[in-house]
Amino acid sequence: MSEMEPDVRAVQAAEGLPAQAGPPERRLGESLHFALRNPKLLIGGGVVGALLLTGLVAPLFVQEGPNVYVGPQAQAPSAQYWLGTTNFGQDVFAQFVFGLRSTFLVGLVGGGIAAVVGMVVGFTAGYRGGLVDEVLNMITNVVLVLPALVVLIIAAAYLQARGIALQGLFIGLTSWPWVARAVRAQTLSLATRDFVDLARLSGRRAHSIVFREIAPNMSSYLFMTFILLFGGAILIAAGLDFIGLGPTEGVSLGLMMHNAVTWGALQLGMWWWFVPPGLGITAIVGSLYIMNVGLDEVFNPKLREL
Amino acid sequence: MLDLRQVTKTYRVGAFGGERLHAVRGVDLAVAPGEVVSLIGESGSGKSTIGKMVLRLIAPSAGAITFEGRDVAAVRGHRATKEYYRRVQGVFQDPFSCFNPVFTADRVFGLIRAEYHRSASAAAWRARVEEALATVRLDPAQVMGKYPHQLSGGQLQRLLIARALLLDIRMLVADEIISMLDASTRIDVLNLLGDLKARGLGILFITHDLSLGNYISDTAVILRRGRVVEKGPTGEVFAAPAHPYTRRLLSSVPQLHTTWEQADAALRAGGERACPGCARGGQPGAHGPVELAPGHHVGCFTAQD
Repeated sequence: MSEMEPDVRAVQAAEGLPAQAGPPERRLGESLHFALRNPKLLIGGGVVGALLLTGLVAPLFVQEGPNVYVGPQAQAPSAQYWLGTTNFGQDVFAQFVFGLRSTFLVGLVGGGIAAVVGMVVGFTAGYRGGLVDEVLNMITNVVLVLPALVVLIIAAAYLQARGIALQGLFIGLTSWPWVARAVRAQTLSLATRDFVDLARLSGRRAHSIVFREIAPNMSSYLFMTFILLFGGAILIAAGLDFIGLGPTEGVSLGLMMHNAVTWGALQLGMWWWFVPPGLGITAIVGSLYIMNVGLDEVFNPKLREL
Repeated sequence: MLDLRQVTKTYRVGAFGGERLHAVRGVDLAVAPGEVVSLIGESGSGKSTIGKMVLRLIAPSAGAITFEGRDVAAVRGHRATKEYYRRVQGVFQDPFSCFNPVFTADRVFGLIRAEYHRSASAAAWRARVEEALATVRLDPAQVMGKYPHQLSGGQLQRLLIARALLLDIRMLVADEIISMLDASTRIDVLNLLGDLKARGLGILFITHDLSLGNYISDTAVILRRGRVVEKGPTGEVFAAPAHPYTRRLLSSVPQLHTTWEQADAALRAGGERACPGCARGGQPGAHGPVELAPGHHVGCFTAQD
């Protein structure tokens, strides 16, 4: 096989075939090739990566907790307190890096749960069809028309102690329906292809047909779905936090903005209190969306800028 | 070996499923070991549906399909299904859609190995695949490790046949397997089917091409709108077609030395015949097939939707 490869490549070059035609490792290499040359993906990934790293590493260097009253009150940024302090003397920088961490956690938990639920429901409905499809589709539509934010507000108000993971769980359980619908539609179309019948004739079980025949055909789509869900979960969490239904323990970027507004940071001109968290959320979600466009170009040859 | 008795497939259609589409209606046919049965019919005549019902990809609405004396509908559960597919395999019409585009084409062999020959050593398996490829006259170096879009329709079609040969099949459902092939490969594949037949396989050969049906089959079954209009030994059906539909079908094959006008004239000269079933006192449109000669059955001429 190995001695054959050069002429395969020569034939491809001669016929102008895309390099995508090669074996899996070359295909992966090709995706990587375009990924490393895609400015949208690089910039988006760079910003998200930098913020993630900050959220992971920086809290290790903060001696006190984020809500501890460490210094003078309402101080503008200085060499000691990089992002200043709050009305109560809390270090904004410490709050910001801890908030970053919980923002990523909410995105991961919320986006992850929504992706898993949406995919399982979508694949099952699309592949099984019949009554199963009817029932799952009905459930999907019901959840879809539920005013998710209202449900979240009620749930958040009802629960006494709320952690960040619980918030993520609620967000995940309400934001999956569009994924289920999209995956179901894709599965319906892929399941009529003959290779699915052929896999059945090869004695494959239903779940391995779904996950090993159908899902690989939409892997890039599933990946991008997760990124969108991740960004969406962060935005919903920020919204909930801002209206005061955020986690009761810990700190998050939305909660910081909520506190800033509650304690009159706007009127007092304490820009360092609300600008960093707002900018952080915008940067994360915006970069994720830009990354998504870049990934679309990497996976879809038709969108590549040559 | 394979027996279909009064097999029917009805679909619900229309906005509220209130209407019925009869894809296959009361089809009787049998395939014996070493026999090639052609299912001949125009598009929408239900021939592929019959093939899919035999392969258990679609469940019949009524009637029974038995394979080697066992009801196919009673094959349930993963293990029994797998055993059934060890014996009965199919090759589909469109080779381009039979391969998963994100994997290499030889993955179809990998699936068979993963499900049926788990214990085979890599070398033994390789030898077996190469033997199957040799049977379909493919060069392993040309097809292994390639993606489906790098191979031609004919190569893919033969890969699918080779795949079926990796199992010890007794029955092959060949659904329009020739239609994608060019003339030279076409004869190769037909000869291959001939070899398989000599090995004692039963073959259900689904085609819309009359000449192919004539070339290869022992028994011809002519389908129209889901109904068997005529069936019998191929030579007899083609030499002495009884049903008006069969006669029109045969006269519509373009011939080198005959123009359409001549063909039409010859058809008219034959004259309209009376339905033999109705002549024997059957209820028009409702009586079953009648036997004209040993094994040569013809359905009612007046049967409508």
